[in-house]
Amino acid sequence: MLILHCPHCGVDAEETELAPGGEAHLKRFGPGSSDAEFESYLFHRENPRGVHFERWRHAFGCGKWFIAARATDTLEVFGTYRAQTAAPPQDIRDAITAKRPGWAWRDLA
Amino acid sequence: MRRYSVFAVAREAARYHTGWERAWASPEPKKRYDVIIIGAGGHGLATAYYLGKNFGITNVAVLEKGWLGGGNTGRNTTIIRSNYLQDPSAAIYEKARSLYETLSQDLNYNVMFSPRGVMMLAQTEHERRGYERTAHANALQGVETSFISPDRVKQLVPIINISGPRYPVLGALWQPRGGTARHDAVAWGYARACSAMGIDVIQQCEVTGIRQKGGKVAGVTTSRGDIACDKLGIVVAGHSGVLAQMAGFRLPIESVALQALVSEPIKPCIDVVVMANTVHGYMSQSDKGELVIGGGADGYNNYTQRGSFHHVEETVRALIETFPIISRLKMLRQWGGIVDMTGDRSPILSKTPLENCFINCGWGTGGFKAIPGSGWGFAELMARGASPLTEAFGLDRFREGRFIDESVAAGVAH
Repeated sequence: MLILHCPHCGVDAEETELAPGGEAHLKRFGPGSSDAEFESYLFHRENPRGVHFERWRHAFGCGKWFIAARATDTLEVFGTYRAQTAAPPQDIRDAITAKRPGWAWRDLA
Repeated sequence: MRRYSVFAVAREAARYHTGWERAWASPEPKKRYDVIIIGAGGHGLATAYYLGKNFGITNVAVLEKGWLGGGNTGRNTTIIRSNYLQDPSAAIYEKARSLYETLSQDLNYNVMFSPRGVMMLAQTEHERRGYERTAHANALQGVETSFISPDRVKQLVPIINISGPRYPVLGALWQPRGGTARHDAVAWGYARACSAMGIDVIQQCEVTGIRQKGGKVAGVTTSRGDIACDKLGIVVAGHSGVLAQMAGFRLPIESVALQALVSEPIKPCIDVVVMANTVHGYMSQSDKGELVIGGGADGYNNYTQRGSFHHVEETVRALIETFPIISRLKMLRQWGGIVDMTGDRSPILSKTPLENCFINCGWGTGGFKAIPGSGWGFAELMARGASPLTEAFGLDRFREGRFIDESVAAGVAH
């Protein structure tokens, strides 16, 4: 059972209280983009066995979106942060590096 | 390979079963093969088998990092059906179902196919209309299904509660030729038949890299050395993304955990497969008497082969409402498998951006039923470069917007 800390209301919520929202930090491509970019934005997803960033909504709580840094091979949670950001904050990256040296996700490391 | 038969059983009984030979060989990998298949689950082994049987290509290796059928082939709920809405899906699943009918004779290995009938309950007005539409579509596709009344449901499954209270049964989509088979035996039967044709099934050989030369596949790097090949087939279900990364392309796939559970064995009480998609649970009874139960998949990426407790609770709650007599049963085992979900919930059987590298993945929560058809079509794709069965399941359908929209058709992951 996954327990995530909601950075908005401060509750440690378990997964029945949360709604998963898929991969985080997607860059939008719309009109004017190439077919390849649009396809990639719509369908291609990171699917790592290891460090992953994904969106969650505290659906049966405060209702707000946040992002969780997680390991998909162990269900370990490195930290959560508010969704109003384009990239993971430094303290989250440090927390991951402390436990998973040499991690990489997309072009982040 | 000595054939299995009633005479073989009698002969071995007379000499205290000392003469059985190993069902398949465990060869050392050769330096090169015409075709390498990564993944010795049902789909990979079936591909190798039909490459040999239909196209005479037997210089083939099937590489497996663990053991035969140790992934999702050994972790599913063994349901076989082909009552799909879209034509491409109905074609490949019906091919698979029809091959299952004669698979035991074909492989000379008893896969215990039991065409006991699959029933999908309609428990909302919306679902009833959807299944009536599917029954009409199936009639056009040549798939035998019909929409049956609640009375007929009760007649076929006396233990079912059709009167609600929350979701009364309004009818069901009934496929009498669907059923179950023994999942391990499917993998073992294909492996034995492959081995008999001279195909190398190599276990405990993990692929760690894919070697390329001039935009073409040159071979693979494995935990047991480098192996060269002309053509490569990636058939690894939940780990497709990891292999695609090695080959240098991306997939529209996310891997999630799907789980199942079985009860303690009881006397025979249900002789069809019942799927209740509105309340989200499905159940059949195994030959041992255990009730085999499945439910929903997790909504987030996961490779741990566990599942979430709340899915167990939801599934069991739904089934107790549908089958009140099971309310006091104890559950024996629960397990999870990693399934590869695509955007449209339909599989990918395709060429890839890397020349001579093919991929068969994205079967999501319903791969077992498709094993023979998937192997048949994928073998043709690998041998000839095209197959009518796999045509619609190309990777380019996502770019071109030609989805095979079964997630809408079925209302659930399937």
